[in-house]
Amino acid sequence: MPDLCTTGERLLNELDNYISSIGAKPDKLISVLQKAQELFGYLSVEVQQHIADALDIPVSQVYGVVTFYNFFSTKPKGKVQIKVCLGTACYVKGGDRVFERFLEELGTKPEEPTKDGHFFIHPVRCLGACSMAPVVLVGEKDFYGRVKPDMVPRIIEKYKEVK
Amino acid sequence: MPLTATTILICAGGACISAGEESVKQALEKEIEKYALNDVVRVVETGCMGACSLGPLMVIYPEGVFYQKLTPQAARKIVEEHILKGRIVKEYLYKMPTGEVIPEAVEKLPFFAKQVKIATRNVGYIDPLNIEEYIARDGYFALAKVLKNMSPEQVIEEVKASGLRGRGGAGFPTGLKWELTRKSKGERKYIVCNADEGDPGAFMDRSVLEGDPHTVLEAMTIGGYAIGANQGYIYVRAEYPLAIERLNAAISQAKEYGFLGENIMGSGFSFDIEIRIGAGAFVCGEETALIASIEGRRGQPRVKPPYPAQSGVWGCPTVINNVETFACIPPIIVNGANWFRSIGTEKSPGTKVFALAGKITNTGLVEVPMGITLKELLYEIGGGSSTGKKIKAVQTGGPSGGCIPSEHFDTPVDYESLQKLGAIMGSGGMIVMDEDDCMVDVARFFLEFTVDESCGKCTPCREGTRQMLKILDRITSGEGTEEDLDELEHLANVIKDTSLCGLGQTAPNPVLSTLRYYRNEYEAHVKEKRCPSLKCKQLIRYVIDPTKCVGCTACARVCPVNAISGEVRKVHQIDNEVCIRCGSCIEVCRFGAISKVSP
Repeated sequence: MPDLCTTGERLLNELDNYISSIGAKPDKLISVLQKAQELFGYLSVEVQQHIADALDIPVSQVYGVVTFYNFFSTKPKGKVQIKVCLGTACYVKGGDRVFERFLEELGTKPEEPTKDGHFFIHPVRCLGACSMAPVVLVGEKDFYGRVKPDMVPRIIEKYKEVK
Repeated sequence: MPLTATTILICAGGACISAGEESVKQALEKEIEKYALNDVVRVVETGCMGACSLGPLMVIYPEGVFYQKLTPQAARKIVEEHILKGRIVKEYLYKMPTGEVIPEAVEKLPFFAKQVKIATRNVGYIDPLNIEEYIARDGYFALAKVLKNMSPEQVIEEVKASGLRGRGGAGFPTGLKWELTRKSKGERKYIVCNADEGDPGAFMDRSVLEGDPHTVLEAMTIGGYAIGANQGYIYVRAEYPLAIERLNAAISQAKEYGFLGENIMGSGFSFDIEIRIGAGAFVCGEETALIASIEGRRGQPRVKPPYPAQSGVWGCPTVINNVETFACIPPIIVNGANWFRSIGTEKSPGTKVFALAGKITNTGLVEVPMGITLKELLYEIGGGSSTGKKIKAVQTGGPSGGCIPSEHFDTPVDYESLQKLGAIMGSGGMIVMDEDDCMVDVARFFLEFTVDESCGKCTPCREGTRQMLKILDRITSGEGTEEDLDELEHLANVIKDTSLCGLGQTAPNPVLSTLRYYRNEYEAHVKEKRCPSLKCKQLIRYVIDPTKCVGCTACARVCPVNAISGEVRKVHQIDNEVCIRCGSCIEVCRFGAISKVSP
């Protein structure tokens, strides 16, 4: 088992390097948070405090920004992130039913990881692929278009083994 | 760039990627390699070609043959037949509704032929990662003309004379915005490109950013010269990683060629562009919120005035224009204001890009002259309904817009006409709805969106929209009263009048416009507890037609809550107390025996 402490330290180091590369100024806060979330997967209180110190701003300001934007999460997300589009085009084509089916199949709630921490369902507003509605995006790249509720179990099955 | 005999343009727009463009491209390249054609055939991934419903698609030049609905297998066959032997592969050509197949669809298909491309003139035609292809299509000519022959005032005059209005939706005259910012006093000035395309159902900015990033850079530089700014920001949403990647690539290329950076083209004018990535807040499309976000703060709007033209980024005079607005600038400079004015209408010159989505045959991206009627747009270009049912309405302007019913489809599309109908031009999303769509449910959907996205700063928007949503929830679940309708209308007007920013001021539009045109549907929900479109779950039941049911058990097996009972080969029944109205049974029934009824 890898030593979590050293992993954490290594990631913090990487974050510090990033901060010095773009300049430790308060206006870079959003970019820094984006990088931190990419590195850690979510923004814990410790990471937020670290960023506040690095940019020399109050942690309350960091927290304010983190909680304002949808992109940031203060809780760990699952390994496999499934974005189900509920934009207008997807909605009129039945995206809501696809979304419900995902929740039902995985026995989870939106924006909460499944019990085993494997899957995480995001309802999102418009992925910009409206002509393929309803669409589902797994991870960053795997697009599924014209999804029907019945296709949901098969999509889930594909990612059960992802590590 | 090596000269090649054949160029294959393969569309790498969002829809084609999700339809499997990557595997088609790989198959193409592998096959080309196999036949050692690398030196004579070039495969280029372009931005969105617009005909998204036909994806993945490609065009082979010099012949201009248009292939659609491709698979890796199709790609292999096309290399073998078309490229090697010069025989067109008919099975992947576009078929007209008459059954006729046409190879040169790009010229002949009404979907393409009726369009006039200005903002998207290069999207789908060039390799977005290659600056030389942009230059070959008059790219950076406008910038050269401006820097060599025009004063900043002349540039502003030209843009003013063109009558170009903000394509982000509000339609403010672009030239005037530039002039006001130029005249404002400030040591530094900024130019910002608003690429925070957040309206659900709109993806025109994405296609320009991904398919022709240089046009945005060129236009921003021209704008910078005109207003006296040396720094630009592109605020782009995080949901568009490909756009960010291509913008970054374009910025370094432009710097390499001396079109960006210090002393551009030896003119003494310097300009730089930085990308700021959004973090998922719809309200950041509002200009003062966007400014706050660029500065690294919570993206909350503030009271105007002062307008960004007086006090924008870091308190300095700032111009904020939308992606599509910028994309119109270089052609205006090259061809002149009169040319631009010759297209479109008097008050709304030029073109507008629309994203057609929903229940329409030709979903995708189209650029049309302003003043085209909705009928032409939806039927001639869009190909009409995709479901076989009648088109009931089209929703424009996203959560800030409204629904336009089919009896108004003769209306010309321009800023004023749409506003008169209670909708707005908006950024250009058009969602087509048919008879299965319940207008109350649609209004509720948009309100749910605004409740989620309200930043919470001002009370009318934060609390008011929430109350409106509660009322709509009541109505769609059959618990609404007639007083609710009046209350809804009253609240909507208060929110409209008293909200701080554009988000709140326009949030009630979807409700007001549906109340205006579809009050009968609202009344059916409250008076008869009935949903005429059979959409609102709490107001419908599922029934099995005993004369059609053969007892195949398919429905009972698929029902996730075991609400369907019945013996094999005997008529089944649905227990509506247990049924969750998921609709799975209707999908699997091959005999058309299950239907929805209300009440």
